[in-house]
Amino acid sequence: MYVPVKGGERAIENAHKLLAEERRGNRDTPDLDVAQIDEQLALAVDRVMTEGSLYDRELAALAIKQARGDLIEAAFLLRAFRTTLARFGYSIPIDTGQMVVRRRISATYKDLPGGQVLGPTFDYTHRLIDFSLLEGADPENLEEGESDMGVTPHVLNILDREGLMEPANGSSGAQERGEDGEVHVGDLTREPLEFPADRDIRLQRLARGDEGFLLALGYSTQRGYGRNHPFAGELRLGEVRVGFVPEELGFEIEIAEITVTECEMVNQFKGSKNVSPQFTRGYGLTFGHCERKAMSMALVDRALRAKELDEEVEAPGQDEEFVLAHADNVEATGFVEHLKLPHYVDFQSELELVRRMRAEIEAAKVRNGDAEQIEAAE
Amino acid sequence: MADKGDGQVAAQVDRELTSKEAPEVARKRWIGVLARADQDATEELWAALGRTDAYTVIRGPEQGLVMVRGRAGGTGRAFNLGEMTVTRCTVRLAGGAVGHGYVCGRRPEHAERAALIDALMQLEDECQVVDAQIIGPLETVEEKRRASRSCKSAATKVDFFTMVRSE
Repeated sequence: MYVPVKGGERAIENAHKLLAEERRGNRDTPDLDVAQIDEQLALAVDRVMTEGSLYDRELAALAIKQARGDLIEAAFLLRAFRTTLARFGYSIPIDTGQMVVRRRISATYKDLPGGQVLGPTFDYTHRLIDFSLLEGADPENLEEGESDMGVTPHVLNILDREGLMEPANGSSGAQERGEDGEVHVGDLTREPLEFPADRDIRLQRLARGDEGFLLALGYSTQRGYGRNHPFAGELRLGEVRVGFVPEELGFEIEIAEITVTECEMVNQFKGSKNVSPQFTRGYGLTFGHCERKAMSMALVDRALRAKELDEEVEAPGQDEEFVLAHADNVEATGFVEHLKLPHYVDFQSELELVRRMRAEIEAAKVRNGDAEQIEAAE
Repeated sequence: MADKGDGQVAAQVDRELTSKEAPEVARKRWIGVLARADQDATEELWAALGRTDAYTVIRGPEQGLVMVRGRAGGTGRAFNLGEMTVTRCTVRLAGGAVGHGYVCGRRPEHAERAALIDALMQLEDECQVVDAQIIGPLETVEEKRRASRSCKSAATKVDFFTMVRSE
């Protein structure tokens, strides 16, 4: 039982003032502009929006500034902010097939309709520290290609046409419809997480889950803990429009253009009693440019489909309850960090318990010792 | 023969669009442009138009959230990806026309301006001027930005060659 404590108000107030002072740092260094964070630490903003589960670049950049660069703390701030706002409704599902792609690669086909576009990537860099950035050097002039605003088809459609790829829904088939005929989409911001969880709930949980946690789990499946032979079928980054139907208008309007990263993994599948051998899918989708996260999410999404595909659930990455219960870093940090709060009364009772147990053991030793001495004497 | 038949069907569909869906399609276009538009750019164009229309704000501006959905595998089962901030506003012109503004982010002034422009766009006498001086130019700016992004990425299009292994 947690017993609250009182007092310490002045110390807390001063600690927060000290935090503000440290956040500002040396006053000879210019104050960090939120626009600078948005522009120049863009990937940190993307990660905070994804894990904070709120698309708002300026707000995420501000949260990063407030959190002094602690990205989990920043995600926490976004989650707290969202509770202050009303929900207008749900969007029409975004159509990533209509994405204007800025980056799009496939590790399975080299010749793709629409081509391979590297876009802005760390891939193929030598990972050498660039000291010219110390001087604030301007980047070189860009070469520009021929703009291709056409629709870029999904790579997996190629396998789909041959019947070698399972449908996008997997073998679970169509989504359940409620009594009103509407498709029910589970929402973790409204309903508690329950097991077994359907794929919609799993994907939502993974989408807002911690990148590091999912990266480690995805990696574990590659290393043999629930191996599922993945290929990066397609990875794409670009802008999609968000459609929404306001009640007062009664028809769909577009309310935004957002940046998303999408990863489709292609995984081997031996087939089962009812299904012939074919490829299966793992899916990853994030706000902004979060490639590592999207790939990890796709690996873990596929691993969590083990039961549905009649695979043995034997590794942590396939264990739905383990993965989903621990993926959220805001929840996790709340529980881990609450250990810092005063537990004086709890600890006092533990202290007494341990003392009593030790005393009992000591007493027993003394009794046994006496008995041994008597035995030896005899 | 088949071609002619298809053409007739297409023409019929076109007519139906004009009569029933066209107003919605047209309105969807300008509401979308305003939703995505830069606030400063919109205000500049608005100021240049030099209008002083009397209107009443009947709702908002109100900041809120829309839960953005995706689909498993891009086309499969819908799921909730995460929320985004949206600001909305509804205004009524003195003449009675009602306009709605839905804009991305936390931008109350922009939502109100978007609602006002939406209301004006519904007036037969005004819509052409407003379209030409606000919606059109905003659309051009957006298209330029999209094309510029696309051109920059196009230069990174790559051809991978599979090397033949020598024995």
